[in-house]
Amino acid sequence: MEPFTRVTGILAPLDRVNVDTDQIIPKQFLKRIERTGFGPFLFYDWRQNGDFILDRPAYLGASVLVTGANFGCGSSREHAPWSLLEAGFRVVIAPSFGDIFKSNSFRCGLLPVELPEAAVRTLIDRALQEPGMEITIDLESTQITIPQRGGGPGWGVRFSIDSFFRECLLNGWDEVALTLRHETEIARYEAARSTELPAIA
Amino acid sequence: MARTMAAKIWDEHVVAARDGEPDLLYVDLHLVHEVTSPQAFEGLRLTKRRVRRPDLTIATMDHDVPTVGGRAAADELAERQMSALEENCRREGIRLFGMGNARQGIVHVIGPELGLTQPGLLIVCGDSHTSTHGALGALAFGIGTSEVEHVLATQCLRQRRPPTMAVTVEGPLPVGVTAKDVALGIIARIGVEGGRGHVLEYRGSTIRGLSMEGRMTVCNMTIESGARAGVIAPDDTTFAYLRGREYAPAGDQWDQAVDRWRRLTSDRDATFDREVSIDAGRLEPYVTWGTNPGQSVPVSGSVPAPSTETDERALQYMALEPGTAIEAIAIDRVFIGSCTNARMEDLRVAASVVRGHRVHPKVRAMVVPGSASVKRQAEAEGLDALFREAGFEWRDAGCSMCLGMNPDILGPGERCASTSNRNFEGRQGRGGRTHLVSPPMAAAAAIAGHLVDVREFN
Repeated sequence: MEPFTRVTGILAPLDRVNVDTDQIIPKQFLKRIERTGFGPFLFYDWRQNGDFILDRPAYLGASVLVTGANFGCGSSREHAPWSLLEAGFRVVIAPSFGDIFKSNSFRCGLLPVELPEAAVRTLIDRALQEPGMEITIDLESTQITIPQRGGGPGWGVRFSIDSFFRECLLNGWDEVALTLRHETEIARYEAARSTELPAIA
Repeated sequence: MARTMAAKIWDEHVVAARDGEPDLLYVDLHLVHEVTSPQAFEGLRLTKRRVRRPDLTIATMDHDVPTVGGRAAADELAERQMSALEENCRREGIRLFGMGNARQGIVHVIGPELGLTQPGLLIVCGDSHTSTHGALGALAFGIGTSEVEHVLATQCLRQRRPPTMAVTVEGPLPVGVTAKDVALGIIARIGVEGGRGHVLEYRGSTIRGLSMEGRMTVCNMTIESGARAGVIAPDDTTFAYLRGREYAPAGDQWDQAVDRWRRLTSDRDATFDREVSIDAGRLEPYVTWGTNPGQSVPVSGSVPAPSTETDERALQYMALEPGTAIEAIAIDRVFIGSCTNARMEDLRVAASVVRGHRVHPKVRAMVVPGSASVKRQAEAEGLDALFREAGFEWRDAGCSMCLGMNPDILGPGERCASTSNRNFEGRQGRGGRTHLVSPPMAAAAAIAGHLVDVREFN
């Protein structure tokens, strides 16, 4: 995984709550056996309906998405964060996330940032009012900033984030390799584990 | 210190715990299917790693599989996923119940059915409805593909200890109210985000009174409240269900296992982070009117007036007017199937409603058994003939139209009464409109041609 330290890019708003992973990447695109090729199908069904906000020219190339509560609820498909990453997003900001989506995002290098409702509202409104506005997310200092520029005022907020996943992202660590450092403990657990538990072989 | 059942199972599986880090947990059973695993196996190949415990890993094909016409009916991409799973299982020595195998079926149906799902186990699968297995007293999590790779390589899962919520349902279920309605009633009460990140423990006389299969339906829908897992304390119902199943303990080991399982129950004075109580007597057969499983009303009710923009969008997508009686909503399709409601009891109760009737001429209805075993049993009981003669299509086992990854999908604008678990936009086919209901409600709707109160249906 590429280390994640700091991202500056266009902020795109998706002012909806409970955006489920079936909307992020519809099931007809889950048949690939590769880890790539999902980006073009991000929010596919909504895009097909026309005038989808993320297709407006000002938001093209956006790398930060700000959206409503419970983003990524539903199916466990990691294809959802993969498709966001491939479409250029590195960060999603929301009041809350679907549990598995959040876990998947951390593990594939998409940063899920939880902010209070009021802060998310501010960001959605500003992204709508100042389309193409840039925002910076600094994972090292856990700081989000909008520089003062043109008509818009500067803005900043701190965010809190799981310390373990922050370290993993900052360093681009391979989680499997981290776990394999516990080989002694895993082997000890296996040795002590009851032989009466089911085994398939 | 008094502990909840979830805490007991968690503690039992901690391999390593360090301050500030998520716990490293040992996985007893890893269920694998064709859609969320290929990239995980590819990850192993790229890092030159192997599957640590093929003997604790089992695979099936369910998401993509055609339910009519056999494997030849699969499209090219689905075939590629199935072939990849076969190749990956062969290389790593993982037992695979693929298409055509007598034990094939929806991953959450075959785990319990084979006796692989047992109380006290920690189970994972790259599928959100893994919560189903909690019905037998296992702690079961849905995970993503990166975690699938992690479990394949290490047999461990890294997670933070989740908060707990007691969901107590008391009282006898009214006539016509099923486990599916208990699940929909709970979600309507706590909301689609109400359980987020928690382990829900379902308890109370209603839950204890449910059959094993009914409990699976309740635990299956746990994820729809955003929860991480759902559990039910194992009891005599659980033990009676498991006894004699292929992978269940036998002989002396059986008695020892039951002793062990009885101790898993939450301690009397264990505390939960949150508690919710529900009076079963107030539950009714529910129908979802919107595009998430929390948007439901009793079948005797009507489409509500929208109170948020989300509601408005849902009504627009569903092409429904506020104030319309639920029973006045005509349907085009009926789907009886999925890991929520495609076990024997579901098919039996649906069949009991169908007996002596015919599917409405404007409705296309199908029954998709949850597993090859359920299909065989249903056929032995003559249910296939009953459904067929009534005008239902009788299919082979798979996830089918629950998520429409195979050819079983809704056309744009088609409206479906479905026993599945998600009514998301486009879930059953782009532009398709899903109303979640119980199996008897789906069966009644197929005959009436519109949503109908099964309590008044003859």
